[in-house]
Amino acid sequence: MSKIVVYVEQNAGKPSTASLEALGAAHATGSEVVAALSGPGAEAAAAGLGAHGAAHAVVIPAEQHSPDQVARDLASVVTDQGAKAFVATATSTSRDVAPRVAAHLDCALFSDCTKLEASGDSFQVSRPMLAGKLVSEQKTNGPVLCATLRRNVFNPVSADGTCEVATAASSGPGKAVLSKVEPKPEGKLDVSEAPVVVSGGRGLKEPENFKIIEDLADAFGNAAVGASRAVVDLGWRPHGDQVGQTGKTVSPQLYVAVCISGAIQHLAGMKTSKVIVAINKDADAPIFKIADYGIVGDAFEVLPALTEAVKAIRAQG
Amino acid sequence: MKIVACIKRVPVTETQPKIDASGTAMESSGVEHMLSFYDELGVEEALVTKEKHGGEVTVLTLGPAEASKEVRECLAKGADQGVILADADWNKRDCRATAKALAAKIGELGADLVFTGWVATDRDNAAVGPMLATYLDYACVTNVIELSIDGTTGTAKRESEAGIETYTFSLPAVITCQKGLNEPRRAGLKGIMAAKKKAVEEVPFEEVANQAEVTGLSLPPARSEGRIVGEGAAAVPALIEALRNEAQVL
Repeated sequence: MSKIVVYVEQNAGKPSTASLEALGAAHATGSEVVAALSGPGAEAAAAGLGAHGAAHAVVIPAEQHSPDQVARDLASVVTDQGAKAFVATATSTSRDVAPRVAAHLDCALFSDCTKLEASGDSFQVSRPMLAGKLVSEQKTNGPVLCATLRRNVFNPVSADGTCEVATAASSGPGKAVLSKVEPKPEGKLDVSEAPVVVSGGRGLKEPENFKIIEDLADAFGNAAVGASRAVVDLGWRPHGDQVGQTGKTVSPQLYVAVCISGAIQHLAGMKTSKVIVAINKDADAPIFKIADYGIVGDAFEVLPALTEAVKAIRAQG
Repeated sequence: MKIVACIKRVPVTETQPKIDASGTAMESSGVEHMLSFYDELGVEEALVTKEKHGGEVTVLTLGPAEASKEVRECLAKGADQGVILADADWNKRDCRATAKALAAKIGELGADLVFTGWVATDRDNAAVGPMLATYLDYACVTNVIELSIDGTTGTAKRESEAGIETYTFSLPAVITCQKGLNEPRRAGLKGIMAAKKKAVEEVPFEEVANQAEVTGLSLPPARSEGRIVGEGAAAVPALIEALRNEAQVL
């Protein structure tokens, strides 16, 4: 049976949900799964991973996070284990580390994969390209498949296995070291993680008018506010809120596009959303071609009514 | 300070791709190209760094002869010279082969700072920057939204799921650039004229065989056409009804 090493992000002894998805994906290939963790709390997080599909766990000692050090040590774990694959989740943190692991192993990297399959020692992946306008099937002719896996695509696994924990030797300090983290404001959901995204475009006319977008997002309670490139370029919204080809790709349960006409670059970033609602004055706007439900009308009339209706439903429980 | 900006020629973001006869590549005829958006941020940061700390900016790409168009755009903004690792198969070259070719050339040129986009908007792989840093044994901070260089050290901020992270590092370093880092300048007429006199060198490179093999390429399934539930605020109850009972997302 071939082995897969999975990099598991953890914080203060708790593995990240995204990394548990990666463990689940590795487990589903039928390979023997070795979890690798680093940072303060890694031992505690490692001990519980038997319940999530890992047969073994290796802890990489590191006081401070350094992506180059973690990557070098992860590559050593892959080599020591004789693993045929290295996978991680496709979060910002893991996408920072994974390419360096691949380079240490002198292997190609497949980022943000939406499928991972194994037959014997050979792995096959799918990954979107051109912001999802193309889907490619790929395999590697190199010694180790290195891949990151898109979030919310793979399922974590519940197993009743136990996991042996070993400690790796650290190769010493890294070249770039994390010195400070300013946490995100409490309760602010990122567009790439939120189950509901309400996005606004230039049709809102003034940056202050994003209030009606924020009000609807607040009414949902689990929504993030997104934005088109046009309004980000105008400085109305922060860069991190932009949805589209030069912003974030999102696939929430519900995407509400308000005053967004639907440029191809925007559509590429949100068209894998489960349900799309478009609200726009222009009945010919391209956004209506991909929306499941549309309302033609003035957002300043429609949104307050929609916000009240959503609030009423939430109040009923 | 020796500064290198690595850039990539990519299909314009408006492109509606088609699959070619091989079934494993994008149809290239009729596709227009541009400088990858995030590489433009890399070029801007290279120029800003040169203006602050002095030095020289070399624009480096692995690409076809036609990539001289994108290289000249960067020279018109103020970069000093361009180098094209001439490769007719540039768009089939995998991240490892690309990173190795760029790293070899950067090693030869010598660099204190290397800038590139965090991702190229064609293959969306986000691998080449940190991979070439690893091959060169340089420090690297990815997805940088704020940078400051002080002599031989630097600090850089990036956004992760946890929040805004600050990294400290020593030069030489590779910085991959994320939106928010800067606002790229436009080239002026004077710059465009000056760029015509600047050197763009097309050089061969030692090819490395690809490991990544595309075995299939397809267009994602089209969304089935939805419906307009109504007009104005009066349509809200119909929308709520559809979201609750039909789509079951509310």
